[in-house]
Amino acid sequence: MTLEALLVVAAALFGIGLYGALSQQSFVMIMMGLELMINGAILAIVAFWWGSTGGNPEGQLLVVVAMAVMAIEAAIGFALVTNVYRVRKADITEKLRKLKG
Amino acid sequence: MIVAVLFWVFSAVAVVTGWLVFRTDSMVRAAYWLMASFVSVGGILILVGSDFLGLILILMMAGEMTIMAIFMVMFMMNPAGLNPMTMVHQHRTAIVSGAGAFLALAAVGLLAEFPDRPVAAGVDATVELGVELLGESMLVFETAGVALLAVMIGSVALVSKNGRYGPADEGSVEPTLEVEES
Repeated sequence: MTLEALLVVAAALFGIGLYGALSQQSFVMIMMGLELMINGAILAIVAFWWGSTGGNPEGQLLVVVAMAVMAIEAAIGFALVTNVYRVRKADITEKLRKLKG
Repeated sequence: MIVAVLFWVFSAVAVVTGWLVFRTDSMVRAAYWLMASFVSVGGILILVGSDFLGLILILMMAGEMTIMAIFMVMFMMNPAGLNPMTMVHQHRTAIVSGAGAFLALAAVGLLAEFPDRPVAAGVDATVELGVELLGESMLVFETAGVALLAVMIGSVALVSKNGRYGPADEGSVEPTLEVEES
């Protein structure tokens, strides 16, 4: 277990998440891609905290902030998907071609 | 030794289940694959000594992915994955972007020279995080809390069916000032 190995795993998670966020049509699957990207970011932050900053507690604080970002993304995402479905009957991105329905 | 083995097991599970999220036909299964990926990353966090964050990550994602699975069943077509399905667009661009991001970030991780200062032995990361959260960085912590409160209010406002003056999606129309004679 080295810093390099942790960073490569984090990069893999981020890459898969980016692929998902760009390629999926369903709103909820796009959110899953975003969460996978944040997952990779959290792993990278912890890797640096562990291997490169001498255990500076501010590194862990940054992870707490990233988790808050993840919770905010999920909550607002669910609310937006619910609202868009209710108003426009849309559940994939292709159904939203115009701003005003 | 056992830590190294566990690390590679968790890493492999995290990456493979992360990949399966976008390869399975069932959206409910996708939610649970994503949860498996998060649990594995939580395991890695515990391995490197950040016990609190690892357990919080597992706890948070277990709850969030359960909500997500329910959401899938409520809203999305084909939640059970009975029919094979691919719902992708701009597939080639997405593959190139994802692979490119992976290669670039992995190259940074492998080639850049980072300072080699590992965590000192015997440091209790949970105690340090607690002191940091309620000491020096309390403002950051409190700001995150206020942001989450704002999100709660905002998401309720977004999903509510009725606004103050009628249906929410018709926009707000203020009531007239005339008093009705009774």
